[in-house]
This record gives sequence, structure tokens and C-alpha cells, in this order.
Amino acid sequence: MTTPERSEGPRPYADPYLAGVALGLVLLSAFVLVGRGLGASGAFATLAASTVNAVSGSLAQKNSFFADHLDAGGPWRDWLVVELAGVVIGAWISAALAGRLRFMVERGPHSSVAGRLAVAAAGGAVMGAGAVLARGCTSGQALTGGALLSVGSWVFIAGAFAAAYVAAWLRRGAWS
Amino acid sequence: MIAPLSDAGALGPRGVLVAGFFVGIAFGACLERAGLGSARKLMGQFDLTDLAVFKVMFTAIVTAMLGLFWLSRSGVLDLDRLYLPETFLLPQLAGGVIFGVGFALAGLCPGTSCVAAATGRGDGLAVVLGMFSGVLFTGWLVPAFGGFFLSTARGGFTLPSLFGVPQGMVVLAIVAVALAGFAASARIERWAARGRAGA
Repeated sequence: MTTPERSEGPRPYADPYLAGVALGLVLLSAFVLVGRGLGASGAFATLAASTVNAVSGSLAQKNSFFADHLDAGGPWRDWLVVELAGVVIGAWISAALAGRLRFMVERGPHSSVAGRLAVAAAGGAVMGAGAVLARGCTSGQALTGGALLSVGSWVFIAGAFAAAYVAAWLRRGAWS
Repeated sequence: MIAPLSDAGALGPRGVLVAGFFVGIAFGACLERAGLGSARKLMGQFDLTDLAVFKVMFTAIVTAMLGLFWLSRSGVLDLDRLYLPETFLLPQLAGGVIFGVGFALAGLCPGTSCVAAATGRGDGLAVVLGMFSGVLFTGWLVPAFGGFFLSTARGGFTLPSLFGVPQGMVVLAIVAVALAGFAASARIERWAARGRAGA
């Protein structure tokens, strides 16, 4: 535990239950406003499809996954891409107000910077593969589909957390 | 029924995008406030010393679920007009397992990796770039395993229809499980901290 300085230094994080209620109300407002929930990996899928499409339109259209993610007619007309851009800005504003903006590489005491970056990138790539198969991630499936009581979303939650506990146990000591 | 507003015509295509942008800002701020832009804090979920991921996620699910239930009961929101992700049982189970392994390696999920990157964390940016390449590569391969990708499709499929019980009963059961989990959380965290101190 780190104790924040009296005047300078980062402010402590919010109570998790309070943050959870706020997050739930944000999700609920998305449902009320636009009839859909939150997402993150869907925006990555749209950006990947748009990248392929920029290289070759016929290549993107021949692939069912990419073609499905080009519906909006341009990445900046896709709801999830705009939402994820908001996430980046909202996180930056929130951290700036709390004095928590800092360049760093978070890692365990025995990991090198390069080692941590390599594992982080590899973990991201594996998550990307899982998110394509699952049609979503912790935002689009767990939070959104979970609140909508979708069977597939609860299957995803069970599979993801079970596997994460096993994988984290196999790498125990990586963070302490 | 007046909601969803986009469906009722109160929000045009441009309004939907503007709403998405502001919803995203609030989403990112919530994740950052909760500390979920930090891989170290997130990993506390998996050595059980800090169950913030469980607490934030399940409080959010319960809050939104109760809100949806109440708004539809009071005739404000039409649940049938919400976009319900389709269920593909086996691909989503396999996808969940693969995702979980990546999650434990990365220490961040796709949304929180964007929060981490936005607040200056290099490991967050590495996860974002890895995630992009993983989606690009796997998306490229989807036609090669299209049979499995589209297998066990159940369409829009909800827990109340799976169990053949009213929506209210499923809502009640999830609230009960969440409350029991919250009650156990503090005890689990204390136990895990003792185990670590003794190790």
C-alpha cells in the first residue's frame, strides 16, 4: 500500500462499490440512449477491418469477419470506435484531475521493462484471439451481455475467469 | 415506451455517435477512478489480495440489470429493442478460456488497456498493440475455421429462457450471488494477505 502525500502525489482510487454503481449507471444510460451497451474489442475489430479495407477493399470483403465489421461505412461512424475514443479521453481527464498521469511500465519486482512489455503484448494478442471467437470481451460480453442475461455472455465470464485464475497461478510470483 | 431514445427517433445517427463519445468518456473515467487502469491492481484479483475487479464488475452488472428490469417494468424502456449479443456456446466458451489466459498475461483487458495507455503506462500501450494484432490475425483466419466459429449458434438466448423461469427470478438469483460474493470478499482478501505475509 502506498500512502498519498498530503499535498502532492496521486489521490487514492475510488471505493470499488461506488465506482461499480457509477459504471452500472453509465451502462444503463447507454442502453436508454442508444439501445446498446458498452464495448472495447469490437472497436479493435472495426479498426482492424478498416486497416485491411484500406489496403485492399476486395480482400476485406472476401473475409466474413472483416466484412461484418465494415457495416458502419468508415471507422469514425462506428459507435464503438467513437465510444472507445471517449474512453481514452475520459481516462486521461480523470487521471489528470487526480494527479495520476505518469509515464511508467508497471511490472513485478523481478521483471525487466522489456520482459514486461513482451508479455503484455503477447497477452494482448492472445486476448484478441479470444475476443474474436467470443464476439466480445469483458466490456461487450461480461458487462453488457451479463446485464442483459445473455447465456453466451455468462459462459464467456465463467470460461475467462476460470482460465485467468489457472494462468495467473502458473505465473504466480510474476507480480510479487 | 420512450426508450431507447435512438429507436424512438429522439437521436439521429449523428446524435447516436455524440452520445457514444460521451458515454465513452464516462466509461473511461469510471475505470480510471476504480484503479482498473493499473495492471498491478487488476492482478490482485487473481492472487485474491484485491478483489476490485469482481466488486466493480458485479456491482455494475447488478446496477444495470436492476435498472433495465425496473425501467422495462415501468414501461419506459422496451427490452426487446436492445441489441442482445447472439450466443454461440462453444466458440464463446473457447474464446472465454483463450481470453482469460491473455488477460492473466496482460494484466489488463481490452478496455482497461486503453485506460492504462491513456494514463501513461507503456505496458498498457503494449497490450493495445498486441490486442490489435491479435484481432487482425485471428480475424484473418476466421474463414479457415468458419465451421467452428459459427457452431452451436443459439441466437439471442437469455438465462430466463434457458431455465424456463421469469426474468425476475434470474435477476433475484444474480443479486443474491453477488451479495454473497461481496460479503465474502473482505474475508478472502484478509486471508490472502495473511497467506502472502506468511509465505
